[in-house]
Amino acid sequence: MKSTLLALSIAVALGLSMTAQAEEAVTVKIGQSSPLTGPQAHIGKDNDNGVRLAIDEINATKPVIDGKAVTFEVMSEDDQADPKTATIVAQRMIDEGIVGVVGHLNSGATIPASKVYADNDIPQISPSATAIKYTAQGFKTAFRVMTNDEQQGKVLGAYAAKLGKKVAIVDDQTAYGQGLAAEVEKAAKAAGAEVVAVEHTNDKATDFSAILTSIKGKAPDVIFFGGMDPQGAPMAKQMRQLGMKAQFLGGDGLQTPKFIELAGADAEGAIASIPGLPIEKMPKGADFKKKFEEKYGQIQLYAPYAYDAAYVMVDAMQRANSTDPVKYLPELGKTSFEGVTGKIGFDAKGDLTSGPITLYTVKGGKWETLETVQP
Amino acid sequence: MDIFAQQMVNGLVLGSVYALVALGYTLVYGILELINFAHGETTMMGSMIAITVIGALFGVAPDLPGIVIVFTGLLAAIPACMLLGYSIERVAYRPLRHAPRLAPLITAIGISIVLQNVAMLIWGKQYIAFPTTLLPQGRHEILGASITDVQIAILFLTVTIMVALVTLVNRTRLGRAMRATAQAPAVAQLMGVNVNRVISATFVIGAGLAAIAGVMVSANYGQAHYYMGFLLGLKAFSAAVLGGIGNLTGAMLGGMLLGVLEALGAGYIGDLTGGFLGSHYQDIFAFLVLILVLTLKPSGLLGSKSVERA
Amino acid sequence: MLNLLKSKAWLTAVLLLLGLILLPFVVEASLGKSWLRILDFALLYIMLALGLNIVVGYAGLLDLGYVAFYAVGAYCWALLASPHFGLNLPFWVILPAGAAIAALFGVLLGTPTLRLRGDYLAIVTLGFGEIIRIFLNNLNSPVNITNGPQGITLIEPMNLFGFSLGKKQEILGLTLSSPHLYYYLFLVFVALVVFVCMRLENSRIGRAWVAIREDEMAAAAAGINTRNIKLLAFAMGATFGGLSGGLFASFQGFVSPESFNLMESIMILSMIVLGGMGNIYGVILGALLVTVIPEALRYTGELQRALFGEVFIDPADLRMLLFGIALVLMMLLRPAGLLPSKQRRQELAEDAG
Repeated sequence: MKSTLLALSIAVALGLSMTAQAEEAVTVKIGQSSPLTGPQAHIGKDNDNGVRLAIDEINATKPVIDGKAVTFEVMSEDDQADPKTATIVAQRMIDEGIVGVVGHLNSGATIPASKVYADNDIPQISPSATAIKYTAQGFKTAFRVMTNDEQQGKVLGAYAAKLGKKVAIVDDQTAYGQGLAAEVEKAAKAAGAEVVAVEHTNDKATDFSAILTSIKGKAPDVIFFGGMDPQGAPMAKQMRQLGMKAQFLGGDGLQTPKFIELAGADAEGAIASIPGLPIEKMPKGADFKKKFEEKYGQIQLYAPYAYDAAYVMVDAMQRANSTDPVKYLPELGKTSFEGVTGKIGFDAKGDLTSGPITLYTVKGGKWETLETVQP
Repeated sequence: MDIFAQQMVNGLVLGSVYALVALGYTLVYGILELINFAHGETTMMGSMIAITVIGALFGVAPDLPGIVIVFTGLLAAIPACMLLGYSIERVAYRPLRHAPRLAPLITAIGISIVLQNVAMLIWGKQYIAFPTTLLPQGRHEILGASITDVQIAILFLTVTIMVALVTLVNRTRLGRAMRATAQAPAVAQLMGVNVNRVISATFVIGAGLAAIAGVMVSANYGQAHYYMGFLLGLKAFSAAVLGGIGNLTGAMLGGMLLGVLEALGAGYIGDLTGGFLGSHYQDIFAFLVLILVLTLKPSGLLGSKSVERA
Repeated sequence: MLNLLKSKAWLTAVLLLLGLILLPFVVEASLGKSWLRILDFALLYIMLALGLNIVVGYAGLLDLGYVAFYAVGAYCWALLASPHFGLNLPFWVILPAGAAIAALFGVLLGTPTLRLRGDYLAIVTLGFGEIIRIFLNNLNSPVNITNGPQGITLIEPMNLFGFSLGKKQEILGLTLSSPHLYYYLFLVFVALVVFVCMRLENSRIGRAWVAIREDEMAAAAAGINTRNIKLLAFAMGATFGGLSGGLFASFQGFVSPESFNLMESIMILSMIVLGGMGNIYGVILGALLVTVIPEALRYTGELQRALFGEVFIDPADLRMLLFGIALVLMMLLRPAGLLPSKQRRQELAEDAG
């Protein structure tokens, strides 16, 4: 038994070394990880589709790197949005020999996984994690093509101050909502607004009447909510039920079709932001949208970012003329790429250098573009 | 606007829902001394079934008045949940009636997980919207507090159901059989009460109330989700304990009290503690109430049954 | 005859030890390094399940908030060995501290609930677990203690006197990866926990727990100090929880409140219910099954994708559904679990009358 296993392991090891000495055509694996099950599965699948679309397009151009014809292959793993599972799938993809990874979706999963990638020198580009901590750990391998909480919070905070003198802040005490709300609060104060109330709820709550009543007593002009659509929608409803006239403002977690569906008429007038330029403003945007919808249906949320992340990764390999993670990693840091979400470049930490943020408002039951802000 | 009056209204609306769900816990506990852990999930099922029926009916006959469509959904959800409650008792609890206490409790947790996941497979993982446009959207100012038509209906329905239930338990043959079973099942059996049938009836009534509560919740908040029953169930159970488990009026009182406590707590805790504790501790109140009542006065506010030691 | 038996037992023990030492090499060679991680988590869960087994299996106190102790241990390590407070204390300070603080929490929880009946106790412990999680999630303002929902990053790995388990190490010419090194560390602790549990099972304390489980009144009448014995069960169980929490934090390098939710408590409970309450081997089996099966179920998703081009039922959804069904069926058909404890007088197998 043991000896056969030993033989097997030797065979596996030999097999691995054989594939390394490939001749003309090679297959290179790129990882993708997001929650493909659980409550956020639809957003996770959307990321997966974005990466797949990019890789299919790249393969169609018959790329040649280091004199070899390269075929890219996507390896997708479900991290269940769970920190522990994220480290397991990260390790699994590394075992399978991925040379880079687009992922993960949630900050809570991205951070623990980033340690595993860093330990194994595998470059990682998250399309959607916004937590400041992710790139602040000092890992050379961690990048993102999404603005972080601070970048988005600055714009939203300044915008809130522009909308009114008195601002109230509510967050859902999740890594995303609390992180964004804290930055919005800072920025709103810096822009001269008065933060009259800071309230919290959680990501399972539906009744916000108590905190909204308490906020109403402080008569704010703007209410910012850091959180996702399932809480944002009943919150908008209850604001109307309480007869509140304040402007409702949120981040990218609110800028979804679901928010309008759940809040109905009460969604009207709400404002929310999404990092990047509106898709119709991008040179390749309309084209991307058309291609994506033909293949996978409606864009849920972060597919364009995942698509860009995959392109950025391959672009760095082509510039380094190598698919070896250690060799193309320095080139990744020097990226300057025109993606569908905007111009992508990274600072020393791995954050986006320029991140335009677009604000949208609900008009006639649809998200309409308001304006794009350059930070 | 009068903030205090508004918080009272918020609390009473929230409390009505707690009270309705708490009635189900108290009924079952009074008779079987069993915490029906899956009761919250029955509420969720009621909500989901009603939304499905409403959607289908609206698709077929969009010209019907909104109220009629919503009530049809409610009337479909009630028997469906009753059947569910009946089956849960037959399948999961009856075989374990004489087993030690841990067995039915673990089974109940299992049932609760099963129901959640079945709902997730049927209705998906996303929140689903309740077509609130079908309901009157009026808003009224009373004593400086604003209240909507739906909220008035919730308060009115809860009180009506409460009165009906007390009448049923105190004035009908079934009620008498229920009380007898709660007191001494063996003796009741000897006196010609069909104990099994009484227990089934109790589960069926409790599940029917849960269905109504579920529809109320989703109508008020405009959405439903496969996970919505769990925390609601826990809080309602806390409310039942606060009022005195096994006591119907107590469940009502406990529900209302817990609702008001949560609203006032979340509304004022930040100001009272100088910002040290904030509104994100709202969910803790129910658990604290539960722990305090059970350790200090296990019989609750109105309960007479002393909680004996294991 | 006795000698022969003894030598046989020795032989079994040596073979078992050898097998356990070689297991990670075999797993890594056949299934890959990610399964090493799964194996590591399985060992952590064995520790947790054995800890909960003391409370539920031996003393018959249903605890639905056990994950709170795991969280306390994990946060203790995270706060004392990370840049968060700029502390980096050695493991022989933190691990015992985490276990001790968890034990203290166990007593804190146990004291007010001493007089509660089984089902009430279950609900109260559930509430306790949630309260701990909510506090961990909210203690980031006005004073930042736990860093709230953002969690704590860059936690120091286990460092055995200058020998770090957080990176590859050369031992006897073999290069061992970090999960591989942690495997041996966890194995030592599991062995320790199993040893303690075995000693407890056959001690006066263990018998007193069983007596309380079977009939508290009679136990009290027989002169057992039920209050202290119950508190001891809570404290012991919590100690193991805190210990595994500390190990988890050092292994993972990141903790956040979302890892310590109610579902986690229910998972640990289902391990001992499925495996066999009160039986050490049963509990270990249960922990292994519950940890490994969901990972194996992943492949059903790939299978579905290969067969139908899409996933009809998510393996993860299936997992929870199967758990629910398994819990119900187990209670109805085999209330004592897959490997029932030797005691025929199982609480769950007989009429409590």
